[in-house]
Amino acid sequence: MDIVDKMFQGDRLALARLLSILENNTPEVPLVMSRIQQNQDNGYYIGFTGAPGSGKSTLVDKMILQIRNNNLEVGVVAIDPTSPFSGGAILGDRIRMQNHALDPGVFIRSLATRGSLGGLSRAAKNTARILNASGKDYCIIETVGVGQVEIDIVDTADTTVVVLMPDTGDSIQAIKAGIMEIADIIVVNKADLKGTDQLIADLMLMLHENQRHSWWQVPVIATQADKNIGIKELFEKIEEHKEVLKDTGMLVAKRKEQRVSEFMEIIEQTLLDVILESQKDDSEFCEIINNVMAGLIDPYSAAKKVFGNENLIKRWMMRLSSEILIERRRVDA
Amino acid sequence: MYGVMFLALLSSLKAIAYKEAQMDTKKVLMTKMGLDGHDFGVKILCQMYRNAGFEVVYTGQRQTAEMVVAAAIEEDVDVIGISTLSGAHMHSVPLTMEEQKKQNIDIPVIVGGTIPPADVEKLKKVGVAEVFPTGTDANMSIEFIKKLPNRKSLKRG
Ligand SMILES: Nc1nc2c(ncn2[C@@H]2O[C@H](COP(=O)(O)OP(=O)(O)OP(=O)(O)O)[C@@H](O)[C@H]2O)c(=O)[nH]1
Ligand SMILES: [Mg+2]
Repeated sequence: MDIVDKMFQGDRLALARLLSILENNTPEVPLVMSRIQQNQDNGYYIGFTGAPGSGKSTLVDKMILQIRNNNLEVGVVAIDPTSPFSGGAILGDRIRMQNHALDPGVFIRSLATRGSLGGLSRAAKNTARILNASGKDYCIIETVGVGQVEIDIVDTADTTVVVLMPDTGDSIQAIKAGIMEIADIIVVNKADLKGTDQLIADLMLMLHENQRHSWWQVPVIATQADKNIGIKELFEKIEEHKEVLKDTGMLVAKRKEQRVSEFMEIIEQTLLDVILESQKDDSEFCEIINNVMAGLIDPYSAAKKVFGNENLIKRWMMRLSSEILIERRRVDA
Repeated sequence: MYGVMFLALLSSLKAIAYKEAQMDTKKVLMTKMGLDGHDFGVKILCQMYRNAGFEVVYTGQRQTAEMVVAAAIEEDVDVIGISTLSGAHMHSVPLTMEEQKKQNIDIPVIVGGTIPPADVEKLKKVGVAEVFPTGTDANMSIEFIKKLPNRKSLKRG
């Protein structure tokens, strides 16, 4: 019996080890993902994003409780930033989720953003998928809403909750960072602090001015996560959003769209890898790059030149087909 | 040729981002067990470990052996670091080692903090990989962790 079978049988060690494969982006990733294909859409994905310290982990902790009270299982992917200087990271989200440390119906995994070029979103999404494939009814993804990558991750969630807190000016930051556009639900946490009413009023006005969907009015919910206030309302809203997505067929459409975009992403990445790899020793392409670099030619004309060069394209194709051969041998092995 | 240099740079950057850095990053679980006073020290250590390039999962305080081992399994860490001030280490650490056996895992454990010299050997006897009593240069533990085998590259049945 192999590690994927073990995971399906509920072996936590096997599940953890599979998640490490994704985390480290080892060559086994495609194989693993193909094995869980049939099971990954069973669960529901909830994203939590927002400024550092706004209370995301505390909210997630309380959401876990709500889900467990319904006798359902939940996986959590908690993402924290990698230090660009050392490559290290402090992953501290678990601290707030200690109530569930020994609950077999809960599996929490921390993930560092690592410096990878877009690799994080795939690792995080796949982590969530494996958690769902392992039989979790919900998977919650927590990430600091600072960059595009983080936004990409939560945007793959079925319901995205944006967490703000009063008195920090982070609502303006959030609007600037574009995270308001991905919110299905907005939470104003730390509603015990002053400035809450003003923030809620501002948000309502803003939401009123730009309603995104005719079928969903983004609600603003005030919570005090540490005191369990507003939590039930939040969970009910998430459930409501889920029902609306299901009833309108949006959930199915969203999943379809995600499957295709992920597929295209992989194709794109593979092609790019092949092309970049083959260019190291292609003098014609290098010459074009040098001209672009020196400003002697504009990038559009340069690209035109590349695609107008039949020999160059042929060399790419050859490279690609040799790559396919290598891949085939690897799969056969 | 600049182009070549540029592309070589790009692909080596990618290699770093995707493979080497990721395979070699040590993941460390840092924890405080039982009723063990404040956690200033362990938080500073977490930062030093981060600055050394480790990914540090901090569990927070008041952990039981079961909680520590459960978290270590979920996070699939390379090493468990237990920080102790209260003198309860001869209780909590052996329990953690036993719990590991019970769960069929053997992640290296290091212990740091207020530990009398006499306890160092005792801890090692129950299977602790290394002990760093207060006053030890933190770089010693950093070097120790760096040299540990990378669990993620090990096959496990
Ligand atoms: N006053 C107040 N404090 C809260 C509330 N909810 C959470 N906190 C506190 O806010 C701090 C940060 O909470 P976290 O849940 O760790 O916040 P986070 O958004 O997950 O933080 P990062 O993951 O570091 O970005 C903690 O000290 C919480 O106890 C609240 O409703 N009111
Ligand atoms: Mg958090």
